[in-house]
Amino acid sequence: MSEMSAMNRKLIQTLAETISKQVEHFNKTEVACLIREFDVLLGEPTVPGRAASGLDRGRFRSILHNSFGMTDDMIMDGVFRTFDKDNDGFISMKEWIEGLSVFLRGTLDEKIKYCFHVYDLNGDNYISREEMFHMLKNSLIRQPTEEDPDEGIKDLVEITLKKMDHDHDGRLSFADFENAVREENLLLEAFGTCLPDTAGIEIFEQHVFQDQLDQW
Amino acid sequence: MGLSLTRAAQWTTASSGTGTLVFTPMNESLLKGILHFVEQFDSQHSQEANHVFEEPLQWSTHLVASDFKTDYDFSDSDVHSQEKDIEGHPLLQFSPPTVYVRSFSQLSKLVHLASDKKLEEVRACLEENREPVVKILGTTFAAILEGEDPYSDLRHLIDKEEDPGEDLDVKVKLFHLIHDMDKQLLRELLKEISEQVGLDPTAVKNEVELLKRFCSEGEKRVLKSVRYTSDYEFSNGCRAPLWRQIHGEMCYLVIEPCDTETLCVTCSRAGVFLNGGLNQEGDENAYERTSDTYRDLVTLLKSRSPHFAENINKEDFAVQELPSTQKIQHVESVDAEEQGQPQRSYEQQEKNVHEKPRQQHTLNKAGGEKKYEPCPRWKDLSLVSACGKAEGKKLRKSSGEEKSGEIQKKKLGAGAKSKMKAEFSVSSLPGRLSSLKIKTPAGGMPVDVFSESSSESEEEEEQPERRPESNTDLPSEYWQIQKLVKYLKGGDQTATVLTLCAMMDFNLMQETCQLAIRDVGGLEVLINLLDTDEVKCKIGSLKILRKISHNLQIRRAIVDMGGLQSIVRILDSTVKDLKALAAETIANVARFRRARRAVRQYGGIKKLVKLLDCVPNLASLTEKQEKDVEVARCGALALWSCSKSTKNKEAIRKAGGIPLLGRLLKSPHENMLIPVVGTLQECASEESYRIAIQTEGMIKDLVKNLSSDNDKLQMHCASAIFKCAEDKQTRDLVRLYKGLQPLALLLKKASNKQLLAAATGAIWKCSISMENVAKFQEYKALETLVGLLTNQPEEVLVNVVGALGEFAQIPANKATIRKCGGIKPLVNLLTGTNQALLVNVTKAVGACATDKENMAIIDQLDGVRLVWSLLKNPSADVQSSAAWALCPCIENAKDAGEMVRSLVGGLELIVNLLKSTNNEVLASICAAIAKIAKDKENLAVLTDHGVVPLLAKLTNTTDDRLRRHLAQAIGHCCMWGSNRASFGEAGAVAPLVRYLKSKDSSVHQSTAMALYQLSKDPNNCITMHEKAVVKPLIHIMGSDDEMLQEAAAGCVRNIRLLALANRKARLFN
Repeated sequence: MSEMSAMNRKLIQTLAETISKQVEHFNKTEVACLIREFDVLLGEPTVPGRAASGLDRGRFRSILHNSFGMTDDMIMDGVFRTFDKDNDGFISMKEWIEGLSVFLRGTLDEKIKYCFHVYDLNGDNYISREEMFHMLKNSLIRQPTEEDPDEGIKDLVEITLKKMDHDHDGRLSFADFENAVREENLLLEAFGTCLPDTAGIEIFEQHVFQDQLDQW
Repeated sequence: MGLSLTRAAQWTTASSGTGTLVFTPMNESLLKGILHFVEQFDSQHSQEANHVFEEPLQWSTHLVASDFKTDYDFSDSDVHSQEKDIEGHPLLQFSPPTVYVRSFSQLSKLVHLASDKKLEEVRACLEENREPVVKILGTTFAAILEGEDPYSDLRHLIDKEEDPGEDLDVKVKLFHLIHDMDKQLLRELLKEISEQVGLDPTAVKNEVELLKRFCSEGEKRVLKSVRYTSDYEFSNGCRAPLWRQIHGEMCYLVIEPCDTETLCVTCSRAGVFLNGGLNQEGDENAYERTSDTYRDLVTLLKSRSPHFAENINKEDFAVQELPSTQKIQHVESVDAEEQGQPQRSYEQQEKNVHEKPRQQHTLNKAGGEKKYEPCPRWKDLSLVSACGKAEGKKLRKSSGEEKSGEIQKKKLGAGAKSKMKAEFSVSSLPGRLSSLKIKTPAGGMPVDVFSESSSESEEEEEQPERRPESNTDLPSEYWQIQKLVKYLKGGDQTATVLTLCAMMDFNLMQETCQLAIRDVGGLEVLINLLDTDEVKCKIGSLKILRKISHNLQIRRAIVDMGGLQSIVRILDSTVKDLKALAAETIANVARFRRARRAVRQYGGIKKLVKLLDCVPNLASLTEKQEKDVEVARCGALALWSCSKSTKNKEAIRKAGGIPLLGRLLKSPHENMLIPVVGTLQECASEESYRIAIQTEGMIKDLVKNLSSDNDKLQMHCASAIFKCAEDKQTRDLVRLYKGLQPLALLLKKASNKQLLAAATGAIWKCSISMENVAKFQEYKALETLVGLLTNQPEEVLVNVVGALGEFAQIPANKATIRKCGGIKPLVNLLTGTNQALLVNVTKAVGACATDKENMAIIDQLDGVRLVWSLLKNPSADVQSSAAWALCPCIENAKDAGEMVRSLVGGLELIVNLLKSTNNEVLASICAAIAKIAKDKENLAVLTDHGVVPLLAKLTNTTDDRLRRHLAQAIGHCCMWGSNRASFGEAGAVAPLVRYLKSKDSSVHQSTAMALYQLSKDPNNCITMHEKAVVKPLIHIMGSDDEMLQEAAAGCVRNIRLLALANRKARLFN
């Protein structure tokens, strides 16, 4: 068993070395930690050469929920979609590390791309009125007295479009979104929380990087 | 003069002609205003001052012939001025008791002559010349001045005049001057009056709106019509012309009842009454009151129109509805009057929660009065709606918002909180006057709490609220903001952030938007957001708060709602953006004292000081460090605002702020330096800071930044140096770091008065060191300073003159000041009223007077008399400074004795000042007496005025400075008659002997002289001997000072001679 684990360790080291050269923001040790965490989450060791497997939607969503307190299904699906670059319904180890690099330590540019992708529900590279409405649907307390309970949401969508839609085509292109966010950083997560807050990041990193190092 | 006099002044009899001005505070301030105008006139507008009046102003004066000085010709009992008009009539003629004056320059001279009776003179003049403007300018001009549109009328007149000579030109200028003063007087009076009690325009407006509704009901109508006489509404809500507002009148109404004749009603602050048929403005007599005064319109109408009285009660149900909606309008503080329909419907939909408080009011009210009166009672209404507001607030909080419990607890908390509530309710009521504020606390608030809040009258604290003039057409922003606030209240985090971002797109620096946010309850929501855990919401909220807090009313509202506490708490956050924003908001909010105190009490100062701690090396920064620097900058901004309170200065120091500020002072960035230097400059009023600034090596950086190209930074640096340079070492450091040249260069920026004031201040204080004066001379600073003696604001003048006083300590500079023509403007400044300025001016004049040639000029300009008259100034500093200045004047004037004698009452004045309790005044007066007493005749007069016992009474002092000059005065006063013996009898000798034990050698000198003089009286010798004078005198004989030696020896000789004579006599017997 210990032989096994020694070999495993070596493999992980090599893997980490390769990946850390491809991914920003993490050093080799950190990548190694993330690989281990991935393994723990997956419940089986990753050995190169094996058929590609990874975290499925359900497992990933529970991670987002438990570790980062996300609750909105639509947003969590969006995050999954963004992590799952090859669209195979699983998040591979590489996708996991690449995704987390933006998720935890991304620059503003990276985050803008990431958020836009999360909010672009149908992947047509535009955030349309309908998509916005969809995402903001539950963000206002409905006034039972009002004739159209969605009126407030619709209005909010219009207000937002007015603010962010620079080319006035009735939908947000990536350029629109980027401009608006650069102008006012608060608009980065305009349509729902899809990034962890500082405290969340700290706890997660503490758990993955410190605690695991202690164990090993 | 024109309008304000004829209309605003309160005369004892209404008819014109004779009559006296009533002694009321308003008249008093009116008189003072006119007096000030007249006093300044000669110096400020010399050309106009010489313009000859159409007719002389004549009145019986309190002055007597002897009050007139040398400038006048005396013949029999009459006095004529030397100045004459073209036909040779003197411009001033005095044949007791009547005086005729024909120009402003004579008028202002006369006022100066009258000295402390100035006010009486002006009063008499006005009482006997009821239409001064007619006499001054002639009837045509006077008519224009009283007219509706003076300027265009004036133009017509000028066009008509065939001969537009110089005379007319002067006349027109004079006219403008009088007109301006008139307007200013009226405005000031109006301000005073508006602070007095009574009805207010909003209340009247509400009632008129109410009555208007009664007119429109066809068959059942109660009134035919109600209308204002004027459609123009002033910004204060009044419609009466300004000069009627002085009398407290707000608007005029024409009311047509169904059964009687049309009523013309005046609504004034004291109540409502019928007037003499004022349909249109214009007819003067129409303003007169022709009925009793009623407390409100409904009461008046009830008494006048039986139909109204009968029907109004039937309308009760309808009326009950109306006032209550009005009250709700108050509750929401949306708008006091006339809301658009859509809003009302919104109100009702949205705010049915408020049904409860509304019912409560009705109940409350019904408990007090059996029947619900249809009229809104002014005071009741405002009080009820005041608490309605508070309750409404409470309710709104509890309905929906988080943490309502806490707020409720706060509301119900101790006395301090009840004060908060009351203050808020008052401030939120439109157009309410401060007098009502006094009424509110009577409703159960602890008195001491109230007095605490009222003591904050300083700065911006107590200004009455301004309201947009007309509320009927609210700007579209208002509705948009209202909608956004609705989303804020009902939105989750995402919606909130989006809404906040949308709100930021409004022009938040614009008052309409700022007040709209407050009025629709947005401020509460923004403040509540600060207590959530959502960083983004907090950032968004603060981004809005930091902008809208530029508005004073918003600032106060934030403090009243307890928002400051939340903002201070955010300073502990780990998110740097948040810290910076919070600090920036505090910088805006803490502009008034209560807010600054709150920051301190919530521990904000310590936290702010902590923000200052950023990387010491400010040159090359990483992104992270840059953020730290930004946080520090915002912290410095906040501390700058807070440092305006003394206790906060102390708190900053205790929190270790000084070294951190010193470190930031090395920053190369202006936007960092300005708040840092601003804080230091503010704090430098404290001794501890001045020492720290010097010892922490900050002077070097301050000097360096004097050469910045930012005016503001230069100004703060200069004013920091101004405050610190009281200390000699600091002055030397400024020179050492080559700060004097940039200071001298700043004098060239004469257009920026604040900068000029700071720079001249720094130069003044630096020039206390003679080495610095020498340096300044290299930069020709003195010449520039003399040029600044005219046409500058007082803040600059004080410093310029202060500097001249120091420069003039060097003999060569005295000549320079003369050659640059500085003496005349200096002497002119002696007629000012600013005490700080007078202290410096007298000092400078005194310093200049040590030069004989200067003295000749001063004498020629009658400067000595001016200095002398300043002895009457109420300020002890001015008194002593004037007395010190007199010493060199008397010493250096040609024929000083005669000059002193010519000042009538002057010697008596001096002697009387020996009764002062201020040691500095006493010392200076003693010094002056010593100089005066050198002239025998004057000494005789002094003696007659009882100088000896007064001096003797002072001898028990322990103040060495006073002792020195007192001894000198006694020494000189011995020279007359039996004064030596009198001093002995008054017990002055024994205390003088004790002076010899003083450590101050200058005291010894003057004491030895005095003792020598006194020892010429045998009885004094006996006393001296008894008090063991000989031993110290013998000791003093060993001094290097010959005068001292001689005096001491002479005294011992006199004692010895007496002893010898005594022995001889005994032997002989």
